[in-house]
Amino acid sequence: MNSVSEPMTPRQRATWAVILGVSIILIVVRCFIGQGMGKVYVEPTDLYFGEASPSTWTTMDEAQFDRFRADNPDARTEQWTEYRTVPPKAYFAQEQAGGGSIILSWPRTIGLWIGAFFTLAIYSFLYRDNPFYKFAESVVVGVSAAYWMVVGFWDTIVPNLIQRLLPGFAQEYLTPGMALPSSEVQFTNLIYLIPLVLGVMLICRLVPKGGWLSLWPLAFIVGTMAGLRLVGYTEGDLLSQVRITISSLYVPGGDDSSTFMMIWTTIWSSLASVLLVLGVLCCLAYFFFSVEHKGAVGGAARVGIWYLMITFGAAFGFTVMGRIALLAARFEFLFDDWLWLIDPTNQRRLADALPILGL
Amino acid sequence: MNFLNNLDRRWIFLAMALCVGVPILVIGLTGYTFPETPTPLAEAFFDEVDVAGEAKGRRANVLLAFDFDPASAGELNPMAVSLVHQCAQKGHRMYFISLWPVGPQMIMDAVNKVIKVHYPEMVYGEDYVNLGFKAGNEQVIKVMGVDLTTEFRTDVEGTTLSQIPMMSGITNLEDFDLIAEISAGYPGSKEWVLYASTQFNIPLVSGMTGVQAPQLYPYFPNQLKGLLGAIKGAAEYEYLVNQWVRLDKLTGILEQAGLPPGEAGPLAAEFAASPDQVSTWTVSAAASTLSPEAKAALIEAATEPIPGEYLEGQRRMGPQLFAHLLMVFLIILGNVIFFAQRRRGGGS
Repeated sequence: MNSVSEPMTPRQRATWAVILGVSIILIVVRCFIGQGMGKVYVEPTDLYFGEASPSTWTTMDEAQFDRFRADNPDARTEQWTEYRTVPPKAYFAQEQAGGGSIILSWPRTIGLWIGAFFTLAIYSFLYRDNPFYKFAESVVVGVSAAYWMVVGFWDTIVPNLIQRLLPGFAQEYLTPGMALPSSEVQFTNLIYLIPLVLGVMLICRLVPKGGWLSLWPLAFIVGTMAGLRLVGYTEGDLLSQVRITISSLYVPGGDDSSTFMMIWTTIWSSLASVLLVLGVLCCLAYFFFSVEHKGAVGGAARVGIWYLMITFGAAFGFTVMGRIALLAARFEFLFDDWLWLIDPTNQRRLADALPILGL
Repeated sequence: MNFLNNLDRRWIFLAMALCVGVPILVIGLTGYTFPETPTPLAEAFFDEVDVAGEAKGRRANVLLAFDFDPASAGELNPMAVSLVHQCAQKGHRMYFISLWPVGPQMIMDAVNKVIKVHYPEMVYGEDYVNLGFKAGNEQVIKVMGVDLTTEFRTDVEGTTLSQIPMMSGITNLEDFDLIAEISAGYPGSKEWVLYASTQFNIPLVSGMTGVQAPQLYPYFPNQLKGLLGAIKGAAEYEYLVNQWVRLDKLTGILEQAGLPPGEAGPLAAEFAASPDQVSTWTVSAAASTLSPEAKAALIEAATEPIPGEYLEGQRRMGPQLFAHLLMVFLIILGNVIFFAQRRRGGGS
């Protein structure tokens, strides 16, 4: 195989074509074997709500909803259909029983297949850069940016700004479940005009001649964060960790089931304490450059390097473990949710579904 | 040796894919998972959740912060699900929040998997509430320490907090008996340690990604009462919770059947350790006071398989084993090639 940065050779093109062709054939065949693959079923449920008192919405069934509307013709009501995902086995059991309300959800099924496509497209980069990977990468970046914008509006600007400055407007048009402030409280909190102005000044960064205005809110953000973190890190990292490190080197063991175990756990606990203090001092010696690393200081610094290397090794091991877990999760998605090759959560076993329908 | 030195890295990718993919298929088809031995860190996490609220003699208020997103769900979802599982079985009041924008979906995922399916008797607003995402990172924690309602005015559905029964009496972080946090980065475990646990002296347990774990170890056991590191920590905790839930169910059945607590507890522990004994015991004279329904419930509780959603972490330890063996092999191989080259004078 050639390097991934080189252009594709005819042989590699042929390899790609064979891989894609075989994959498509296998997927098509899999679709028609057994119960098929990659389908999502939903059960529609009608939901009814009535505003029993201002800002208090009550959930009700259809009969209650009809009575509520008859008794309170001016009250606000809402109704919609919720499509709840159900395991495929419930659909299979329903079909065996002669029909029911569970249906195939095309949007969610297409979503599942898109998820599988993007998973494979991203992993295809491991072979070499390709248009599928480029497409998936661009979509992820675009969707993430759009998602962040929507989240930023609904979770930051609406609750932190509009709800405080214009509570009536927010309740009427944006968040109907929100209760208005009581009459004793100032209806509009004018202090929030300050973040509004600072926010507008921050956006001025996009204006060619008004960029300097954004420096003021930036200075405010940096100053606030510095102050906040100074206190947090001094208290939580520096003082607390120093206090914990200054501990007795002799630690009595916790296992008093026998004299041997007591001595054994005491030795281990004390050794751990000694190693902890030794490690801290040696690592500090390594980073202390005011004295030349010779003699005792040099020896301590070398021990400090060993401690640091062991720490980096542990970090590397944990990182590998994390990445393998993520890979395993994607494989489980492909094998379970998409290809229906495995069923660890009993989503498709028909025998388990029959009692659900009373069969 | 030249062949190994020039080996295309894509063969290694393929080997890794096989080491991860094949065990998943085998475990998925057979249902077999590797046994787990919980470490003191996982046991401390479990114990802290278990005793929450006991000091004050009340039903515990547990704040569950799910600070992660789908990108790290493969690593963190198993511990999140087990955490909700333990809290639900224990009967704690659960207050879900997130400092990550996609966190509310992770909360809903855990709620749908555990509470909606296995604890349908739990009522939203009385037993658990989803306060959703709040922007502001550590500043949110800082403000919550003083006045929670300043940051969280409504729950995730837009209902004002004063209309939610279980929010009565909750004003700031000190009203919680425990903070249980699942973290994928910033803001996460570190910020909860610095701005909640240290400053307000509230018990904090945290589960985190492998990347974060080495940085958080120094906080255990003082500022962090329990720690779950990566999928290994999740699998250990999952094992502990599954064992305890079975034991708790067995104890409950025996006590309901009329056995005194001092007798029911050890007997349940015996049955949980060896479920085969239950069938023999139910036909013995010792079980003559039990009704047929109680006997059937006892046998079912002792022998029923653990639902697949509670074995997610343990299932992922199979691929971990083989992938780690491959990694160790490759590290050794890399060193052999390096030293062989140096011996021949080809290495730097």
